[in-house]
Amino acid sequence: MDLDSLIPTSGSWLQGTGPDADIVVSSRIRLARNLARFPFISRADDELRQEIETLLREQVMGLPDAPSFHYLNVADLESIDRQFLVERQLISREHADSSGSRGVAISDEEHVSLMINEEDHLRIQVLQSGLSLDSCWDLIQQIDNQLDETLTFAFNERLGYLTACPTNVGTGIRVSVMLHLPALVLTKEINKAFNALHKINLAVRGLYGEGSQAMGDFYQISNQITLGKSEQQLIDGLKDVIPNIIKYERKVRDELVRKNRRELHDQISRAYGILQTAQTISSEETMQRLSSVRMGINLELIDDLGIPAVNELLIHTQPAHLQKFYNSELEVRERNEARARFLRGRLAERRGEQN
Amino acid sequence: MKKCRRCSKPATLHITEMREGEVHELHLCETCYQEYLDYSETPEEPPTTDSAPPEIAIELTGDQTLEELDQTACPNCGISFREFRSQGRLGCPHDYTEFENELLPLLENIHGETQHCGKLPTRAADSSRRQYELIRLRKELQLAVAAEDYETAAQLRDTIVSLESDLGLNDNPTPD
Repeated sequence: MDLDSLIPTSGSWLQGTGPDADIVVSSRIRLARNLARFPFISRADDELRQEIETLLREQVMGLPDAPSFHYLNVADLESIDRQFLVERQLISREHADSSGSRGVAISDEEHVSLMINEEDHLRIQVLQSGLSLDSCWDLIQQIDNQLDETLTFAFNERLGYLTACPTNVGTGIRVSVMLHLPALVLTKEINKAFNALHKINLAVRGLYGEGSQAMGDFYQISNQITLGKSEQQLIDGLKDVIPNIIKYERKVRDELVRKNRRELHDQISRAYGILQTAQTISSEETMQRLSSVRMGINLELIDDLGIPAVNELLIHTQPAHLQKFYNSELEVRERNEARARFLRGRLAERRGEQN
Repeated sequence: MKKCRRCSKPATLHITEMREGEVHELHLCETCYQEYLDYSETPEEPPTTDSAPPEIAIELTGDQTLEELDQTACPNCGISFREFRSQGRLGCPHDYTEFENELLPLLENIHGETQHCGKLPTRAADSSRRQYELIRLRKELQLAVAAEDYETAAQLRDTIVSLESDLGLNDNPTPD
């Protein structure tokens, strides 16, 4: 796969389609699996890791869907290319930063990724636009079943699928949705929502999962426990609660529009103006302004830009994407200038398309 | 998954603070998060534990001291219990059997349960499939009773009894 060919594109999960896509950016399910006859990655030496990678690579690239897969040898990639894959949510930060034989198979549309030798031997991920957990589950279950026909996964009657970290044991499933909650953040109602989520064992994280910062009002909600409940029960746990958060966010947005329409419209228009005219802009500020603009589009206060364009900018303005776009290594200061230039250009283009 | 920086529960809140231009990450469980909110005015010491997470707290069950337990190693992959406690990662699938007594309370703490009831690999034996079916049905029965749905509960009980007798699991064998 030629990574450079991906620079101007974005994954299908960013297209802003699917149920409730104004608030639910994407849905994601991942499964952790290990081969029964090998030690976990932390106890596998170079030779074993190589053996695991070769074996899993053959199996993964032999799947019925494999003609649409591209395999990348992550260990051979430059650090900027690994960062590029992290920004696109195709590999985890841990996978990018670790060492030794490892790889990833990515589907054409970037909705399926299979990481080999991450924390577990195999991490299968399905990512889709909008609130689409059922279709994520159908697809990931199908891939898991196909692999299960030829591979013996580490499994124990009592504890289910065995994983390197005891927090993933059992189903090995992480079900998550990425939500855009600007109104709840603005009114500080968000803490109430998060407290309610923690009480029912759901975790809240930033844009890039574990340990990452919540930027631009984007949050990932996911199941915390993996043992003692079926996959369907864990998926239903999220499906039951997400509509309430969506409703909450919409209600607060309506109130904001009703009570402070002028201030809100002003804030959104200023954010849009800054993105179109700034000469230098940090990635944090970009996220924050894009978040305002995204809400502005949903509230029909901005009518010459679409949600997919904003979703795409969230990814394309990140450091590795910018550096690959301009094809040069950039220091923070240069990057902030490049980001502003990129935003000015892209917004002028996209506004033209919308009209 | 990261552990809470202040105790050993899983961290459910991941906080990034910007202080004087520096980014500080903090990973807390719900209880410690509440304390953190209450005292967030007082500056935190910069977190240094991300590379060396706090050790997993273990409830000792038998006569073994923690020192003795720490020396125990898995004959399969060689990881010592001490290494697991400091890294939070196991060495091989067999560790779950080797350290079962120590891991079960930990898993109970993390997940609130210690019995898998999700998907099975297709090669799992038919008998274990039915065992799982039983586990699942008993759970549904509990839920039905809790919801006072006695009709469903009665149906579930019948299914459970017939499955148990299929498996030769009747608790009250008739005397000879």
